[in-house]
Amino acid sequence: MTVELTTTPADEPIVRLRHPWRWVAVAVIVLYAAVLVRFLVTNDALRWDLVRGYLFETSVLRGVVTTLKLTVVAMLVGAGLGTLLAIMRLSENPVLRWTSGIYVWFFRGTPILVQLLGWYFLASVLPEISLGIPFGPSFASWSTNDVVTPFMAAILGLGLNEAAYMAEIVRAGIGGVDPGQAEAAEALGMSPAQSYRRIILPQASRLIIPPTANETITMLKQSSLVVVLGMLDLTGTAQAIYSRNFQQIPLLLVASIWYLALTTILTYVQMRLERRMSRGAATSRRPRRTRKGAQR
Amino acid sequence: MNTPMVEAIGVRKVYGHNVVLESIDLTVEAGEVVSLLGPSGSGKSTFLRCINHLEPIDGGEISVNGSLVGYRRAHGKKYELHRKDIAKARRDVGMVFQRFNLFPHKTALENVMEAPVIVQGRAKGDVRAEAMELLDRVGLTDRAGHYPSMLSGGQQQRVAIARALAMRPRLMLFDEPTSALDPELVGEVLDVMRGLAQDGMTMIVVTHEIGFAREVCDRVVFMDGGVIVEQGAPADVFNNPEHARTQAFLSKVL
Repeated sequence: MTVELTTTPADEPIVRLRHPWRWVAVAVIVLYAAVLVRFLVTNDALRWDLVRGYLFETSVLRGVVTTLKLTVVAMLVGAGLGTLLAIMRLSENPVLRWTSGIYVWFFRGTPILVQLLGWYFLASVLPEISLGIPFGPSFASWSTNDVVTPFMAAILGLGLNEAAYMAEIVRAGIGGVDPGQAEAAEALGMSPAQSYRRIILPQASRLIIPPTANETITMLKQSSLVVVLGMLDLTGTAQAIYSRNFQQIPLLLVASIWYLALTTILTYVQMRLERRMSRGAATSRRPRRTRKGAQR
Repeated sequence: MNTPMVEAIGVRKVYGHNVVLESIDLTVEAGEVVSLLGPSGSGKSTFLRCINHLEPIDGGEISVNGSLVGYRRAHGKKYELHRKDIAKARRDVGMVFQRFNLFPHKTALENVMEAPVIVQGRAKGDVRAEAMELLDRVGLTDRAGHYPSMLSGGQQQRVAIARALAMRPRLMLFDEPTSALDPELVGEVLDVMRGLAQDGMTMIVVTHEIGFAREVCDRVVFMDGGVIVEQGAPADVFNNPEHARTQAFLSKVL
């Protein structure tokens, strides 16, 4: 007997492979998410009323401003000093190279908490800071305790530590630019400064910006370590409030909400910057219109 | 007699204990097109790079258009110049690289405009017009707004030539300009170079394109092991090479 052929291979339907375990994973996650939501919503001990009340409370807002100030100033110190250290590291002068290397070795090799406390207690070993000729006369001097305020100690601790990390990032960025670029710039008669500014740094910044944005986000949260100096940053303020009312978790939630909001904004800025920096890198980009093209 | 465009006297270059150039004497007159030939490692690219001081030399001297490259002569000594002053001296010398080295963050037009605006401080409007003419000369007007990553190798190299020409150089150096190109793209670059030679540009070309050297160049210089082995008109060197090393090299590439 012959079987009558009703379908040809061309119009035979294809049955896709099923993935039942994916659905199991989804079910498990949905289940646990529901448990978490129920905990967050129905647990009265979380005191969402308190969280809402403290979120925009004056002292909390002041804490947010302090945290932002610390982040920005420490990053500026870190980026400036880090760039200098990177250029020293790439110098032909071995003494400059070594100085930079030892700096990075020391500041990366000790905990930032130790560095913060070290600056804070500097006065105990160096009671006076003076300006003058080394081993010679001094022109002016100040009491260390007056100069190194808690804010100053925080900036020194966070900024000098950050410089060590930024030095590595900038060095990698500059090193990542094809040496042929510097040669082409030189061959066109550009001075070393022109070549750095116009050709090397714009290309290096594409490699430097993403990790620097990461460092900024890290700094935002790492700045909370200044609570050991008694500073009232975001975390310090939360601590100060819950030491009075014993509502630890609600106030830590207030701090977390602020940290998350700021991190989200920074992440968005980072994304935008990266997109702008990728100019000329992607092949899929459409050509920029020249004046001639625009007139058409 | 006119000052020669390039005059090299007893040029010597060493890397550590390795002598890469030894007593190179070469004179190139204005308007002359000279190609440097030789096996890889013969020192021809190094010598070309010495001409605009991308490589400092360790002995002898090189003058471009009558002025010493990279040094200042005083009291019977040659004093090394500051990098800024060397940069100034390079403006008369255009260079084209094997790997193009276009600036990837700038469009073709911006690549061409960069040096005249930044180095010579000329007005952007004038430079733009001249840059468009140069792009037209290399046949790339319609690619002015493209970034290098969107151009083929041949197009990139033609932009690189336009970029070098934008400085209005008196001398053009070509370091294996077609070696990194797919075979079908070599012709378009050689065409541009042929046009330049016909317009009277002084050119020194390191190349493996024997056909181009034979057809376009006034003189070929054969180098091997860091010395000039022989030189002469293309017809003489290619048809009747005197030296055994030249014969051996030509038998491989011809």
